[in-house]
Amino acid sequence: MRFIPVTCGEQDEMLDSVGVPSIDGLYEDIPVGARLARPLDLPGAMGEIELAAHIEKLAAANEDGSRMVSFLGGGCYDHYVPAIVDSVVSKPAFFTAYTPYQPEVSQGTLQAIYEYQSMICQLTGMEVSNASMYDGATALAEAALMAARVTKRHRVVVSATVHPEWRETLATYVESGTLEVVEVAAKDGVSDGAAIAAALDDATAALLIASPSFYGTLEDLRSLGEAAHEVGALFVVATDPVLLGVLEPPASYGADIVVGEGQSLGNAISFGGPGLGVFACRKAHIRQMPGRVAGRTTDVDGRTGFVLTFSTREQHIRREKATSNICSNHSLNALAAGVYLAAMGADGLAGIGRASVAKAHYLEGALVATGRFERVFDAPFAAEFTLRYRGEATAMQARLRESGYLAGLDLGRFSADDAGLVMFAVTERHTRAVLDRFVEEVSAL
Amino acid sequence: MSDADRIDARTAEAGTREPLTGTLIFERGAEESRCVEPPVLDVPSVDLEDVLGGHARAMAPVLPHVTEVELARHYEHLASANFGVDSGFYPLGSCTMKYNPKVDEWACRLPGFARIHPYQPEETVQGALELMWGLQEALAEVAGLPAVSLQPAAGAHGELTGLLTIRAYHTANGDPRRRVLVPDSAHGTNPATVAMCGYEVVQVPSDERGGVDVAALKRLLDIDVAALMLTNPNTLGLFDENILEITSAVHEVGALAYCDGANLNAIMGWSRPGDMGFDALHINLHKTFATPHGGGGPGAGPVAVSDALAPYLPGPVVAQRDGGFAFAYPERSIGRVRSYAGNFGVLVRAYTYIRAVGGDGLRDISGQAVLSANYLKTLLADAWPVFYDRTCMHEFVMSGGPLRKSTGVRTLDVAKRLLDYGIHPPTVYFPLIVDEAMMVEPTETESKETLERFAAVLRRIAEEAAEDSGLLHGAPYSTPVRRLDEAAAVKNADVAWSPGDGSER
Repeated sequence: MRFIPVTCGEQDEMLDSVGVPSIDGLYEDIPVGARLARPLDLPGAMGEIELAAHIEKLAAANEDGSRMVSFLGGGCYDHYVPAIVDSVVSKPAFFTAYTPYQPEVSQGTLQAIYEYQSMICQLTGMEVSNASMYDGATALAEAALMAARVTKRHRVVVSATVHPEWRETLATYVESGTLEVVEVAAKDGVSDGAAIAAALDDATAALLIASPSFYGTLEDLRSLGEAAHEVGALFVVATDPVLLGVLEPPASYGADIVVGEGQSLGNAISFGGPGLGVFACRKAHIRQMPGRVAGRTTDVDGRTGFVLTFSTREQHIRREKATSNICSNHSLNALAAGVYLAAMGADGLAGIGRASVAKAHYLEGALVATGRFERVFDAPFAAEFTLRYRGEATAMQARLRESGYLAGLDLGRFSADDAGLVMFAVTERHTRAVLDRFVEEVSAL
Repeated sequence: MSDADRIDARTAEAGTREPLTGTLIFERGAEESRCVEPPVLDVPSVDLEDVLGGHARAMAPVLPHVTEVELARHYEHLASANFGVDSGFYPLGSCTMKYNPKVDEWACRLPGFARIHPYQPEETVQGALELMWGLQEALAEVAGLPAVSLQPAAGAHGELTGLLTIRAYHTANGDPRRRVLVPDSAHGTNPATVAMCGYEVVQVPSDERGGVDVAALKRLLDIDVAALMLTNPNTLGLFDENILEITSAVHEVGALAYCDGANLNAIMGWSRPGDMGFDALHINLHKTFATPHGGGGPGAGPVAVSDALAPYLPGPVVAQRDGGFAFAYPERSIGRVRSYAGNFGVLVRAYTYIRAVGGDGLRDISGQAVLSANYLKTLLADAWPVFYDRTCMHEFVMSGGPLRKSTGVRTLDVAKRLLDYGIHPPTVYFPLIVDEAMMVEPTETESKETLERFAAVLRRIAEEAAEDSGLLHGAPYSTPVRRLDEAAAVKNADVAWSPGDGSER
């Protein structure tokens, strides 16, 4: 068999040495009632040529971003990924390695993580980043749990402008009653400052805000942060790291924990996973931080090297008293993010941000000018914006799909209150010609 | 043993070449160096300060500035300081470091998979949904449990999902319970997960054959126990002979049996957790189904459950509908445990692997994994005592206790010395109940010759320990760096470079 190098003859020799007549003899500890007495009911093996044809057929049954013009966002964005990124993450020494438990033969992974952490600190303005988490949603949930540990309080306030799937994840994580979650309704597409101030109290561990928000709007982080700190709560800010070349870093607004979905930093959208959970915080709180962290040190010969550090927080040592049950990170996605940010540099990242923002504003103006859409929110936005469609949004999207467009995200799918609202995500990859042609299609509706 | 003999004891003092690692990407290149040019702006430019409502960045972040060639070399150097499955033997117990087929890597990068968006209309992603549905069906068949959610991103995430599902089931029955039983041989993630779910952890002792102490278990079981979390085959690499008695005792008090599927690679097609009486199971696709570990992730930890638990699974799951496929949301779902539908790129790899080897192939894979472990155990029997001397499954646990007594050499030293022989060490100091534990999992993807060489190297190291224990205390000698000062790492807490750091080098 193609992934088993032991030959039939060798198998017999091995059975002889072990002293059993057949492989069945190795399974005698399994009680008869728990043995499977029939073959697995699964298709048979396929040679690589037939397999590739089958897989290609499944892939071809999807209308992907190379065949459609997509304005879908909502946490996953189609930013350009330079060729160097996949070249690096395709190196077997990176992707076939496990967690760097043996640092002497894992310096590649460890240094790459340390560099990733450094870049995340630069982007967010925070002092410490972990080695990454599963995705933005789980990073947010872990941030809430961490805030509870830091403040020894058991209640968090979350704005309804945070991504609905992230809020749902948070609710699932704390379902057992470990934390009370108070959700404050949005007002005009942004957090309702007065309602949030009223919801905060001296039992509140954290205020959770996203900026850009789920609607694409930019929040008044300064006053929200002040409100959180006034009651002694931590200020948790979710952000889109790819835009931090042009957006003021959350640390400037007093963020205590910064989380985000880092997919845009050099990773494929890949139907929503794997993502990259960005997690950064203050150094003072490092011992309450979930997840892995790499640190720089020296070896016995005085050479610079890297190790996983502060591991006494983790489950393999602390077991039920660990800061989280997470015992991995999305290392390969973090590696991609590191290569991406190094390839872009500060100028390149600012350029990506500037282009995305300029094109988003160009499209927004043009769509409103068609008369088919109207503005609903006054708040500023960066590269994603929400409009109301004057008509039946689903019918509009179905018609435009026939012309090759995924015409934005219908927010009605998340909440009945948002029916009729359509959100558009724009990146540097949308050319003016594409945007103009799309606006013409909309005008012709 | 010619191979090992050639390795000189204290070789590998660095020569004059630049070390592979240590110089940060921030310290390479020049201020004006660029790799990717910013895009040409083909729409009117905007005043960022104005359109961003005062949120425009005032001070640029400090990021590396390198040309593409410098970037390529930097990461090539880092890669060459790494050890992966493609580098050599990686018998890391409980992690199933099997070969990762290249066709899986090709598959997940096809634009039809890599460039689809989770919010596309379902009719535009039928191929992706069909693949996910096919994977759900295959995992359900291997597990012997009918319902599967592909959402969890990792094994520990699967544990959390499974236990929350069990919690929701008890709550819906008006029977909230407080405790979860976990054997003393369990992975650390099990107790950590139990705590995250708001349950109290109660430890169950092991018996003298390495299985669950059934009498002790029965004493601990009462109507306040929500579940038993058990790894079977367990972390000692042993199949619990009393499994049917264990799961029925658990069910007798109304509790449920959760299986940590870390060791599923031993039993595919031979025995199914559902048939053992388990109600829920998480499956590590990055172990059993050959998806790469990625240097720590991403993996995927789908959960398979019984009909009784199916309504509580997190959505979305994929269902057949009107001749096609669609996302569905279980009616009493615990809610999602992450954004979107799962680590799809990992799911594509696992599906591709399953279709490549087929149902009979999965059984052959498990059979060979178990044979290889038993063969290796036999080869080492006289030099390295196995803690529980029984037929093992796909892994076994040796004890370095006797070696330590006779030579003062610890399991850690043995692990470090293995690095000099080009072999990744087994898992060490786990499970906690074995003195100086060394857990060896060869997997089915290693040749007989590789197993024999490993046995010879371990014997050689035992001899070295007797002859010159100092040699082992100082190992490794030939790696890119040698033993690292972990205490200093905590003390200095240097976890991020910053622009003022130039003086450090």
